[in-house]
Amino acid sequence: MIRRKPTEPTGVALFHSTSLAIRGERIARKGGLKVKLVPTPRHLSSDCGTALRFRMEDIDALRALFRASSLECDDMIPL
Amino acid sequence: MIYLDNAATSWPKPEAVLEAMTAFMRDIGANPGRSGHRLSVEAGRTVLDAREAVAELLSIRDPMRVVFGLNATDALNLAIRGTLRPGDHVVTGSMEHNSVMRPLRDLEAEGVELTVVQASPEGFMDPVDVSEAMRPGTRLVAMIHASNVVGSLLSIRDIGAIARDAGALFLVDAAQTAGCCPIDVGRDNVDLLAFTGHKGLLGPQGTGGLAFGPDVDVSRVRPLRSGGTGSRSEHEVQPDFLPDRYESGTMNGVGLAGLAAGVRYVLERGVDDIRGHEVGLVRRFIDGVRGIEGIDLYGGGDARRQTATLSINLRGEAPSDVGLALDEDHDILCRVGLHCAPAAHRTIGTFPDGTVRLSFGAFNSRGAVDAALDALRGMVGR
Repeated sequence: MIRRKPTEPTGVALFHSTSLAIRGERIARKGGLKVKLVPTPRHLSSDCGTALRFRMEDIDALRALFRASSLECDDMIPL
Repeated sequence: MIYLDNAATSWPKPEAVLEAMTAFMRDIGANPGRSGHRLSVEAGRTVLDAREAVAELLSIRDPMRVVFGLNATDALNLAIRGTLRPGDHVVTGSMEHNSVMRPLRDLEAEGVELTVVQASPEGFMDPVDVSEAMRPGTRLVAMIHASNVVGSLLSIRDIGAIARDAGALFLVDAAQTAGCCPIDVGRDNVDLLAFTGHKGLLGPQGTGGLAFGPDVDVSRVRPLRSGGTGSRSEHEVQPDFLPDRYESGTMNGVGLAGLAAGVRYVLERGVDDIRGHEVGLVRRFIDGVRGIEGIDLYGGGDARRQTATLSINLRGEAPSDVGLALDEDHDILCRVGLHCAPAAHRTIGTFPDGTVRLSFGAFNSRGAVDAALDALRGMVGR
């Protein structure tokens, strides 16, 4: 089984669609946060979509950035 | 060669458009928003670039309210067929292109009630006449922002306010104006704005879309197509959120790469700069053509109240002969005939023969105007 274990506590932000996830990436990066688009982990969704991985320490900052841009994020889940 | 057919499609394109399209095909190429690997994500970023650029141009805060499709006709069909049902009333004008008129006539045959408000012989719509056409059951007001025959501009802010007061949606056909004239979807009271990518936005053919105003509830517009969106794949019903609700099937990634670059060019140069340039060309042409005996100029004759599209006729000459002579003898490319807008030609009194249409663009010079005037002088003098 392939496991990709991140070295620091991370979470993923889930969105309705890939368009929103990519917009989320752009907003986060403009806000100076380190994020990465990844395939949505299977245990979170059966969808073929894309999720945004972030560092858990940035979760509040990320939420604030999304709110400021009125970007709808379904959920933020620690991995 | 002098290209004066920018109302049909703008040409040439900024070099950045060609470069962006080549780079997409060579270096990215994957399916946007589908697979999650880096090239797919990069293709998705390209689509977002285009969405953000168009949203910025139209002063739309949320880029997800820009939905892409094939062209303006495709977007107009979505807006018209997606909102109207038998028994609804719709208001349009007599300067419409067939991209609005034909879907409306189709729906009229199915029981939608249609009112066509008469414009003036110069191609202008009086908002009072629109106001008088409104009824309690009016669901949609659909109008062209600027005539593709004579360039006459519609005061969208006034007509949007009339539609809003009546509880109807206001659909604007911006095929001739997006990128050439300033548009602020919110301030101009626009609910649905259909745009094409290959005219004033300077992108490639096969791109365009529908922009949703900030207050429009998307449940009022039914999607005309359903299918794969790369989202909610566990569900067999169409997603209800933007943009996926209206974007089934693989996007035109390479086209949108070009569109993003075209709109960026427009934003960097500035719509006001392009508008000023085109007003100058139109003024120069109108001043010149008025001095030529034997030529009829249609429209209002005021550069500030129109786009860079002009219609003329040489008295006693068929438009088709004039167009061929301009092409073969003078290297000037234009479009003659009815321009897919029979209602507009009836309004200005040129149906069924049509006109000779010269349409200037962001890359035409004053020299092009002078060359066209010289050619016309030579033709009436012979």
